[in-house]
Amino acid sequence: MSWKLFELLVQASLYTVLISFISITIGLAIGIVVSAASLSSQRALSIPARTFVSFFRGAPLLVQLLLIYNLLPALGLNVPSVVAAIAGLSLCTAAYQAENLRGGFQSVPRGLLEAADMAGLSAFQQFRRIRAPIALRLAFPSLVNEAIMILKASSLVSVVGIVELTRMAQDLAASTYRPIELFSAAGLLYLIINWLIASGGSLFERSFRWGRP
Amino acid sequence: MTTPAISVKGLIKRFGEVEVLHGIDLEIPQGQVSCMIGPSGSGKSTLLRCMAFLEEATEGLIYINGEPLGFAPGPQGKPVRLPAARIRAVRSQIGMVFQQFNLWPHMTALGNVSEALKTVHGVRKSEAEERAMLQLKKVGLAERAGHYPSQLSGGQQQRVAIARALALEPKIMLFDEPTSSLDPELTGEVLNVMRSLAADGMTMVVVSHEIGFAASVGQQIAFLEQGRLVFAGPPRDVFNKPRHPRLDQFLDTYLDRGAAMLA
Ligand SMILES: Nc1ncnc2c1ncn2[C@@H]1O[C@H](COP(=O)(O)OP(=O)(O)OP(=O)(O)O)[C@@H](O)[C@H]1O
Ligand SMILES: [Mg+2]
Repeated sequence: MSWKLFELLVQASLYTVLISFISITIGLAIGIVVSAASLSSQRALSIPARTFVSFFRGAPLLVQLLLIYNLLPALGLNVPSVVAAIAGLSLCTAAYQAENLRGGFQSVPRGLLEAADMAGLSAFQQFRRIRAPIALRLAFPSLVNEAIMILKASSLVSVVGIVELTRMAQDLAASTYRPIELFSAAGLLYLIINWLIASGGSLFERSFRWGRP
Repeated sequence: MTTPAISVKGLIKRFGEVEVLHGIDLEIPQGQVSCMIGPSGSGKSTLLRCMAFLEEATEGLIYINGEPLGFAPGPQGKPVRLPAARIRAVRSQIGMVFQQFNLWPHMTALGNVSEALKTVHGVRKSEAEERAMLQLKKVGLAERAGHYPSQLSGGQQQRVAIARALALEPKIMLFDEPTSSLDPELTGEVLNVMRSLAADGMTMVVVSHEIGFAASVGQQIAFLEQGRLVFAGPPRDVFNKPRHPRLDQFLDTYLDRGAAMLA
């Protein structure tokens, strides 16, 4: 395979990384809010949050992407298709991350919050300073896992016309008649990126000093 | 008459159907160490937690230095719940130390002690840490300020927890079995910190199985059994013979176990 082709694949994989990274970050922000809402004692918050989670976990990502891609223009929002792609990925990963974080929130020992009560922290201050940081640390390994899942799932956004790594490999394979080499190279690139995410994750995890010194 | 530091009026506590406190009336005097003793399951922790409003009374009222905590008497005699900010304001007079320490694991000792100063009271970071450091010095842990809870022994963690409570300058300190989850050789360091706090005139309520501590430091002893306050008074009335028969029985089991030395 020529160097030129490989370069095109690497460029496309940067696009894959960029789309995935933006989606995971937005998804995390939404996931924190949704998980907190789903644990709320107020049903007006918990029911919509749980519905959100079941919908985005229950329907295939491909269907969600196609739905959002067609829904946005129908609502009069003419946005570039990359926005639809990121919206679809973000909402889907938000649902999974919300579930992971919900587990994290539920594992925060009650006593830590009673100590916070006695120290005078308001409910919001407890969320920001105690519950969220601990839940994030507890859920961190599954968040890394989710990042890897989303990176792989991002290959689906080609259906809304985004030329990311998978689509680039497909296009090049069609024009060069060398599908085996191109898809092998694409697979290798996915592997390398995911290996980087996994090792970055465990490095970061080790830097959480608590738990064990 | 000065106002009692805490007064508990007609406190009834039910968990679902089960009533665990059957109408407690108790006053905690200012500037003294009050110890609560009693068999396991008698309701000591529940009573202490009601005093801090970590547990809501089913009936009855709690006053902290004369101010109602949690619920106040309402117009038709039915108690009304006070707003969260009011609860925090009254509760700020109380510090609490738990059996399980409950330090925040993602913060260092210094972080734990300075947290509320920064977050709740808006004290500048440098000043908050200075004040936190002072408290850590008091409990003999200045050189461990940068350690995380997981890097400290149980006794050290409990002393950090005491420093965390003291940093907020409470008027009353509540202790729920502060040494029960410690190895025997570590209880001394925590009891010593509590002794010096008592010597400084802090109002303290201590739930403890350390009968020796109760007898030597306690100025008021309350004896609970099966959700009732059987007896409350100064230690000489409580421990000297003739003793209340129920207390005698309770102490005997303790003395048999060699848990305390009493003259
Ligand atoms: N959250 C709860 N839900 C239901 N029952 C409870 C709860 N907390 C305490 N109890 C019950 O209330 C009673 C009193 O418990 P409490 O913890 O106050 O006793 P204690 O005197 O502190 O005992 P110990 O010396 O073992 O700590 C017990 O029968 C206990 O099972
Ligand atoms: Mg108890």
